Amino acid sequence: MLNYTLRRLLFAIPTLLVISFIIFVILDLAPGDPTGQLPLTIPAEVRAQIRESLGVGEPIHIAYFKWLRGFFVYEPLYWLDQMGLTIGDPADRARIISYATRGPVFDLILERIPQTLWVVGLSYVFGILIALPIGVISAYKQYSWFDQLGTFISMVGFSVPTFFTGLLMIVIFSVQLGWFPSVYDTTLEVNSWESFIKQVKQMVMPVAVLALYNASQISRFMRASMLDNLTQDYVRTARAKGMSEKVVVLTHVLRNSLIPVVTVIALGVPTIFSGAIITEQIFRVNGLGQLLIIGIQGSDFPLVQTLTFIFAILIVLFNLIADVIYGILDPRIRYD
Amino acid sequence: MRKLKTLIMATAAASTFATAALAERGSDGNLNIAYWQAVSILNPYLSGGTKDIEASSLILDPLANYRPDGSMEPALATEIPTIENGGVSEDLKSITWKLRDDVVWSDGTPFTAADVVFSANYCLHPEGGCNAASNFADVESVEAVDDHTVKINFSVAKPFPYGPFVGATAPVIQEAQFKDCMGAKAPECTDANFGPIGTGPFVVDEFRANDVVTYKANENYRDPAQPAFATVVLKGGGDSASTTRSVLETGEFDYAWNVQVEPEVLAQMQAAGNGEIIAAFGTSVERLMVNLTNPDPALGDKRSTVEGGPHPFLSDKAVRQALSMAIDRDILVEVGYGPNGQVTCNVLPAPEIYASTANDACKTQDIEGANKLLDEAGWMPGPDGIREKDGVRLSILYQTSTNSVRQGTQALVKQMWQEIGVETELRNIDAGVFFGGDQSSPDTFQKFFADIEMYTNNFDGTDPEAYMGNWVCSEIPSPANQWIGNNMPRFCSEEYDALSKEMGKTASIEKRAELAKKMNDMLMQEYVMIPLIHRGRVSAKSNALGNVTLNPWDSELAFAEEWTRVE
Repeated sequence: MLNYTLRRLLFAIPTLLVISFIIFVILDLAPGDPTGQLPLTIPAEVRAQIRESLGVGEPIHIAYFKWLRGFFVYEPLYWLDQMGLTIGDPADRARIISYATRGPVFDLILERIPQTLWVVGLSYVFGILIALPIGVISAYKQYSWFDQLGTFISMVGFSVPTFFTGLLMIVIFSVQLGWFPSVYDTTLEVNSWESFIKQVKQMVMPVAVLALYNASQISRFMRASMLDNLTQDYVRTARAKGMSEKVVVLTHVLRNSLIPVVTVIALGVPTIFSGAIITEQIFRVNGLGQLLIIGIQGSDFPLVQTLTFIFAILIVLFNLIADVIYGILDPRIRYD
Repeated sequence: MRKLKTLIMATAAASTFATAALAERGSDGNLNIAYWQAVSILNPYLSGGTKDIEASSLILDPLANYRPDGSMEPALATEIPTIENGGVSEDLKSITWKLRDDVVWSDGTPFTAADVVFSANYCLHPEGGCNAASNFADVESVEAVDDHTVKINFSVAKPFPYGPFVGATAPVIQEAQFKDCMGAKAPECTDANFGPIGTGPFVVDEFRANDVVTYKANENYRDPAQPAFATVVLKGGGDSASTTRSVLETGEFDYAWNVQVEPEVLAQMQAAGNGEIIAAFGTSVERLMVNLTNPDPALGDKRSTVEGGPHPFLSDKAVRQALSMAIDRDILVEVGYGPNGQVTCNVLPAPEIYASTANDACKTQDIEGANKLLDEAGWMPGPDGIREKDGVRLSILYQTSTNSVRQGTQALVKQMWQEIGVETELRNIDAGVFFGGDQSSPDTFQKFFADIEMYTNNFDGTDPEAYMGNWVCSEIPSPANQWIGNNMPRFCSEEYDALSKEMGKTASIEKRAELAKKMNDMLMQEYVMIPLIHRGRVSAKSNALGNVTLNPWDSELAFAEEWTRVE
């Protein structure tokens, strides 16, 4: 297993390099101009100077090399500096700089991770916690009223877009009832009971919207996988041996049904980091998804390039993790 | 001069009144402001858009600001220099500002002329990428005469010498903080760019780029009674509808910037009764640019250039005039803009002394007249109802940036032109591409590979000289000048160029107004631009916020120190 993991990790390096180059080429070919959002009163000559000062229009191989060096050499060195391990000259750290903020891209990303993990991550956890029991019960009591209701809710959750459910919630809970704030306060520090309540209040709506969406997806997988297993011979054997229904369903069937579901869940984890772009916009959570959108709208290429590449790394990584978990859950699968 | 005096007296009166009415600095708690474009940087010289300039205007002050009525009010200076008070030299080549001697930076150090000189040098540095460079156009040198006097020398006569350090686009930054950030090093000074030390009413408390800025009152602000608010939160992100809702419906915010919401949705939001919409009209005009050159793709490199030859049908003035006459501007305002727009027949609609009344006929739609004009010019309807002459069909490619209001306007105009036998193909391009200067993209508004294009333009401050200079022959974009230039219609007239030159030499405000009107009328009567809507700045404010007047000439937050909480 270790051998396999190492082999896969090594293989990921060329894959990621190719991905980073493709992202770079696509962004380079994309039309767009970081000075495009400036007021029209600013003349073109001034814009040309601004672009030059940003380094826009460098030949692609030079720009790509600079970015690679920034990502793989200077950024790690910088963070080592921060931890007190200085290698080389700390003044010589050409970090990746965003066009729009003129600040280091990694600082921006780090600033965004907490709210994205809290809101999107928590909604994923809640989604899973809701989905698994619903899936199990729906399958066990197939075509019962519970199953019908579960199917109905998950179809609604899956097919109604989050920008609609989000707005609906704002109109009901913020405008009409005034229970929850419609705007997420990213500067809120949780250091007392009161601020904790505030944090919970502002998280309720975005988390609920996303959890509904995630739960409906995962519960369908869970139900289908349970149904496949419930009719298998080993289930009949277990029952014939006189095991209780609880043991049959929760130990035998559930464990086997979880295998494909775990894969789906693991593969979904990178999407947490890429944020829930629309939901983040609606509630102004301003996490990683909103950062990416602002970057794209403002043609902030270093930011977009770095973010998309980090997403690519996460996707490759979680693919590997899913495969490894598969092997652990199912003893029949061996990679060596 | 008299106007200025009255103004100063009025301000003095207003400030004493304010002091009497208000208890003290910071007594009104927290102010919540929502911007749907998040703030990226707090150094206005490196900013990427209006939002950054406005957010930094709470921290940094220029020498003078524009009041909501368009007049100038000294901020860090003691008075506005004019020829009469000797501040502007007779040859119009220099301006001398006297600075207040009681101002200190928010860190407690004194503000001196050296800071002003430094700010100019910072922006003039060729490698700095300063976006206010045009404010400093023709500045030869800036010198400190003494600690509180600054003299700005121009290389040419400047009838309107108020470009440098007037308005939020060109404020004064602190030399001590930025002295190691000149030129190519400018972007490296993240700490300074994220938290400039200023002389304005507020200082940065925390800044999260592309998200939120929190400010607190500047303890060292020059007016001891201001600002009324102790803290400000400026939250960015979302969209215009959601920020407006957070003021008008949920009441979570006090002020929402740049409301762009369909009129009927806005009316619903206002019905909640938490706040109101405020509008002010500056110089923004949504207009159609008419391409006088041929955009035919078959021309290759000569496409949309003067060398490529005149446009097959838009070079006929009758066609251009008919297109303008056929438009019902009232409907465009009603459907797309509401309180946000007014019908206009000029590209130079304000300030009032510059606004011409010679073209007001366009305010009423005249389909009949337009049809007659086209008939007379020999454009006859073909079998499908589309007019044609000598095998040339009146078929227009009409482009603009992607934006729901613009697409609505496009659809309406298409319908109106249908009625005079003109066929229209609509096209919309992402704003970042359309207004961006990417040389490799064929879709920029400068390249103008279409027959008609629509967008809004305006000018900074109150002086139209540079703006009216956009349509001289040398401003025509072409491959030879990397498509840099503002003369989108590719209009070229010796007479117009002569007027523009004359304006550069004329100092008297009445004569300048006369010239500007003449130039505007010339463009309008040639129909090389078809003005549609005079667009206002529109913002939403809560009922609990007082003393707010929307400022169309400067940053909307330029006078936020005067805002108060009302119950």
